[in-house]
Amino acid sequence: MAEFGNPDVVEEEVDILLIGGGMACCGAGFEIMRWIDAAKQDSGIDISVKLVDKAAMDRSGAVAQGLSAINTYIGSEQDPADYARMVSNDLMGITRDDLAYDLGRHVDESVHLFEEWGLPIWKTDENGERFDGSKGMTPLKDGGKPVRSGKWQIMINGESYKWIVAEAAKKALGTERIQERIFIVKLINDKNDKGRVAGAVGFSTRDDKIVVYKFKACLLAAGGCVNIFRPRSVGEGQGRAWYPVWNSGSTYSMAAEAGAELTLMENRFVPTRFKDGYGPVGAWFLLFKSQATNAYGEAYMVKNKDMLDDYPPYGQAAVPASCLRNHLMLKEMKDGNGPIWMDTVSALARLRETLTPREVKHLEAEAWEDFLDMCIGQCGIWVGENIEPEKKNSELMPTEPYLLGSHSGCCGIWTSGPTDVGAPTEETEAGVPDHLPSGWNWGYRGMTTVNGLFTAGDGVGASGHKFSSGSHAEGRLAAKAMVQYCIDNKDWTPELDTDVDTLVAEIYKPVKTYLEFKDYSTAIDVNPNYITPKMLQFRLQKIMDEYVAGVATYYTTNAEMMKVAGEKLDMLKEDAEKMRAKDLHELLRAWENYHRILTAEAHMKHIEFRQESRYPGFYYRMDKNFVDEENWHCFVNSIYDKESKKWTCFKRAHVDLVDKSKLFK
Amino acid sequence: MPTFVRTEKCDGCKGQDRTACMYICPHDLMKLDKDGSETGHAMKSYNQEPEQCWECYSCVKICPQNAIEARHYADVVPLGGSVQPLRGSDSIMWTIKFRNGTMKRFKFPIRTTPEGSIDPYAGKPEADMAKIQDNGFFNHNEQNGYRAGDPSELIKV
Ligand SMILES: Cc1cc2nc3c(=O)[nH]c(=O)nc-3n(C[C@H](O)[C@H](O)[C@H](O)COP(=O)(O)OP(=O)(O)OC[C@H]3O[C@@H](n4cnc5c(N)ncnc54)[C@H](O)[C@@H]3O)c2cc1C
Ligand code: SF4
Ligand code: SF4
Repeated sequence: MAEFGNPDVVEEEVDILLIGGGMACCGAGFEIMRWIDAAKQDSGIDISVKLVDKAAMDRSGAVAQGLSAINTYIGSEQDPADYARMVSNDLMGITRDDLAYDLGRHVDESVHLFEEWGLPIWKTDENGERFDGSKGMTPLKDGGKPVRSGKWQIMINGESYKWIVAEAAKKALGTERIQERIFIVKLINDKNDKGRVAGAVGFSTRDDKIVVYKFKACLLAAGGCVNIFRPRSVGEGQGRAWYPVWNSGSTYSMAAEAGAELTLMENRFVPTRFKDGYGPVGAWFLLFKSQATNAYGEAYMVKNKDMLDDYPPYGQAAVPASCLRNHLMLKEMKDGNGPIWMDTVSALARLRETLTPREVKHLEAEAWEDFLDMCIGQCGIWVGENIEPEKKNSELMPTEPYLLGSHSGCCGIWTSGPTDVGAPTEETEAGVPDHLPSGWNWGYRGMTTVNGLFTAGDGVGASGHKFSSGSHAEGRLAAKAMVQYCIDNKDWTPELDTDVDTLVAEIYKPVKTYLEFKDYSTAIDVNPNYITPKMLQFRLQKIMDEYVAGVATYYTTNAEMMKVAGEKLDMLKEDAEKMRAKDLHELLRAWENYHRILTAEAHMKHIEFRQESRYPGFYYRMDKNFVDEENWHCFVNSIYDKESKKWTCFKRAHVDLVDKSKLFK
Repeated sequence: MPTFVRTEKCDGCKGQDRTACMYICPHDLMKLDKDGSETGHAMKSYNQEPEQCWECYSCVKICPQNAIEARHYADVVPLGGSVQPLRGSDSIMWTIKFRNGTMKRFKFPIRTTPEGSIDPYAGKPEADMAKIQDNGFFNHNEQNGYRAGDPSELIKV
């Protein structure tokens, strides 16, 4: 019988493992079964697949709570090239047009499916009046008109968004191909080929069980990373970050340890949101036309407009890059002109003048639904502080930094793109390690630089603005490519480069450490032989906050500060070997925080390498406080060596595939 | 910003192996205290790490006894408000109470099809292996959602 500290070990071989059960893996699960069936009929090849998620797919990942908008919907009136341009400008000019363009071509197919499956999508009628998604109006696929809350966003009644998307994926895969409550700790390379992935190891958070998978290919889509910086809330409210607290950088850290090339890990997202609850502001700005002001009623986007000219051309587009909007707001905060207000009172009053009485009645509900669908915590703040948005304005605040690749951020893994959009096939920057591919596509869409390792959603770097719909579509693109990969490699058998006993010992080390030393002191949390995962996290957050441009320093750092941070992170990595786990829940926390440390380290190494401040408003290197288009209009990429535990950073050339000057006409 | 479980309402999901709240919490926070050794309340659930709660309300919405509520985080929010949902099969009802006693009620649709009714491949074509390397998904443009794009927009094609 397995017991705590003495787990069962289950070894399994599949052809394809899907790691994560979020939007990307749900997309993959739906797409893949059809191709697997076709492969079998076509050539008799049997391809097996399994999905593992650390949580329950119905409510796992960033969409757990629901969403109030689908943020990427191209529609029939816009071109994928327009979308690629927007993505590029918002991310200060350095994104992969091939990835964004390809996503733009495919994404609406997923959105139309969501509607078919039962997701209510708001519509406007011929008079421009808007209706919620339960009214059974013409579906989008037949030309129904969505309610745009911005150029790319459409409004939904999205409380059950994830539930619906997961239902379709679960039905497609079948329950026997899904295992929930499995946390994957690391990928394992192939014994005979370091550049290939051959397996993964994880554990159950419900039973004393370690799982070892062998596979030909895997889709690593475990979301982005939160809580590497000290959050603004540090007491009971610590869990209220903007980004869901359960995505802990597993995607980036596991890919890095497997040898995959990362890209733009210096990029971060620092959303400006309603203070303390981090409720969404998009609908308030775009749908309700609300303005943000300083304490004295001055609109900082107008008052500080000249500051945008410091960052040509990115500041001069109709919609300036997100980081620059923060930059203009931070000026007010640093000058002592806070608090920053969202003027909900005037916005709602103005709307009352122009809308029909029925629409006005909907208006209040719409404003509340925006929060209730995706950030209930913000309503908690409003009721506690007696804030009714038509009577009282709300404060805005930039959050602590997060790392993600599918929202308004673009860090992630370097992945192979489409071949038909004119992407480079050679590399013009010197210094890229020899074993890495040189162009932007190397055979399989969505594959990383490690053979067999694919990614999607938050995992794919250098694109961004894919959001829920785009992550789903990207998972589908990868699914197709993985089936092709398995067919092409049908005679290859994976062999793990580490034996199973070693893996088991490694995963359960925090448990062993605890059992060995727990009686050394009388207080179980204070013991010189181990560190609790919670304290490990606090230490990481303190280092990152104080030295690597967290909120403590108003997002500023410099080379000297990062040097200090580097030394502290080295010791933290050493101490991570002494994590303890007193139960399976704490074992989960231990490995989540290990993933956070590596992700944080990658972030810092990239900021250190890039000799400029590419994202003013998100971070400033005060020793290089400028955007240097001449020398740094390029990708910063890196690889990690798990033996020496060292990072190597290098440049890759940036190339435009669509004409960006159109943004500035 | 944590959830809490009402002692008199929780029935431990009738002693099932897996309680609804444990099943759903994306952050592994809800825990059944089988013998009461953790909380003094045997066979009832509790939030084992309240300072890690995202307040996503997944557990609140799924609890068959409506035993879970949120007390918004004490280090930030003044006491007295509450935001409580009742999730049905096609809509969700919210009851919102302000600290000053003001009440609001909202009802929003959540889905247009019955739960569990999705038949993902119904009426959809098979995948065509000859097209696996082409653009598009297995049901290419069956949804009218593929945006081919104006080729003249691509500089190098
Ligand atoms: C606060 C917020 C608001 C947003 N609002 C919108 C919006 O209004 N509209 C919109 O379109 N998009 C929105 N998005 C973006 C959207 O949610 C994401 O783009 C999308 O969910 C990314 O998909 P993913 O599959 O990459 O990651 P996720 O959906 O986050 O899924 C990650 C999955 O990995 C699992 N996992 C993590 N680590 C491990 C591990 N080690 N082992 C096993 N499983 C693991 C998780 O349980 C989860 O299932 C928002 C995102 C956030 C954070
Ligand atoms: S879901 Fe509700 S009734 Fe069931 S154990 Fe949790 S709190 Fe108790
Ligand atoms: S509100 Fe969400 S994070 Fe908090 S305990 Fe419930 S399910 Fe878990």
